[in-house]
Amino acid sequence: MAESSDVKVLGSWPSPFVLRARIALHLKSVNYEYVEENLESKSELLLKSNPVHKKVPVLLHGGNSVSESLIIVQYIDEVWSSSAPSILPSDPYERAISRFWAAYVDDKWYNALRATLLAEGEEAKKAALAQAEEGLALFEEEYGKLSKGKPFFGGDEIGYLDIAIGCFLVWINVIEKFSEMKLIDEAKTPRLFQWADGFSSHVAVKDVLPDVEALAQFGLQLRAKFLKTPH
Amino acid sequence: MAEEVKLFKTWSTPFGLRITWALQLKGISYEAIDEDLSNKSALLLQYNPVYKKVPVLVHNGKPISESIVILEYIDETWKQNPILPEDPLERANARFWAKFSDEKLIPSVWSAFTKEGKEREEAMDASLENLKFVEEELKGKKFFGGEKLGLADIVFGWLGNLLPIFEEVSGLKLLDDRFPSLLAWTKELSELPVVKYNWPPHDKMIIKYQALYEKFHPAK
Repeated sequence: MAESSDVKVLGSWPSPFVLRARIALHLKSVNYEYVEENLESKSELLLKSNPVHKKVPVLLHGGNSVSESLIIVQYIDEVWSSSAPSILPSDPYERAISRFWAAYVDDKWYNALRATLLAEGEEAKKAALAQAEEGLALFEEEYGKLSKGKPFFGGDEIGYLDIAIGCFLVWINVIEKFSEMKLIDEAKTPRLFQWADGFSSHVAVKDVLPDVEALAQFGLQLRAKFLKTPH
Repeated sequence: MAEEVKLFKTWSTPFGLRITWALQLKGISYEAIDEDLSNKSALLLQYNPVYKKVPVLVHNGKPISESIVILEYIDETWKQNPILPEDPLERANARFWAKFSDEKLIPSVWSAFTKEGKEREEAMDASLENLKFVEEELKGKKFFGGEKLGLADIVFGWLGNLLPIFEEVSGLKLLDDRFPSLLAWTKELSELPVVKYNWPPHDKMIIKYQALYEKFHPAK
């Protein structure tokens, strides 16, 4: 097991991407030091460790730095491969399916979520919400196929796709709060509804999820700032 | 069961070309199906319902989409001539740069090609910034993967043919002697048989991208 001084995560509490790195480390029972970055005033360490993107999360392991949340999760899975559970499935085709959907989350679905928060005007917001719901409908279907009756996309344990999607659950609660509608609910997405509960209460997840009220406040500030800047 | 490998692509797609290289580097027999994207086949729509795009790899009837996902699948299924190294940090690095190609460099270059005025200038600046990062990463190395072609080389492969075509059609200057390591790399890359023999026909590409350029920059 790694010494906690050996592993650091540079992060920011509202970031769902940072959650991915932390959940992966918790799943592998790796001790680490968490460093909260002030993204308005980035540390020397952050700028040095991720000079290309200057973003969180960054994983520091020994002398190495790894950036990009899904790349970090795979790195963690590969370095601590002898610690159960395996985050990625073992079968190459199942791995490809997990990677495909995780890429969909980041390439398509995340933008819809972001747009629901930052959209100007009812039209734009409705369109963004519709896109977010479309993604959730796809995940509901995939969950049916991939979980094979087990609690997670990864089966008995949290896996790659659980992490990729689940990190957004509190943000989804915030969006539901602001838009006064349910995105994940028992009627529309019954399987996801149950899955979300299981994911959020999992021992590797529950202690690092942000508080929904605090995140909602942060969301309002983010929106205010976004609307002020030219774009 | 006999292996059945099919690759759905188009004659010009740089993303499909990546898969062609990977399959040929590993000596895998496959059937190539060139799609007409203005008239997509029922099979393509069935195999990639989410994006309806190429490339799609179908292995024994099971479809995989998204070129980088396909490349990792190929590497994990056929172990000869590995595309990714064994070391987790080197793997993370290869994946990082592959992502950078597609999420940063391609969009900035495409914007430089398609936009006008101030937006074009900004896209040019962004593209040069991005190229500087790539140049830095490549310094002192023959390939991104080291001595041999790796994931990042395959994903950056479009710099070897498509970028010069953009430059030729638009007059934009991007990959020049400001980036000596990148220029040397494109030469090394282009000398590999699997690359040299699979570039889509230059003249046909010029016609295609000339027409596209004119669509984005209509004569006034």
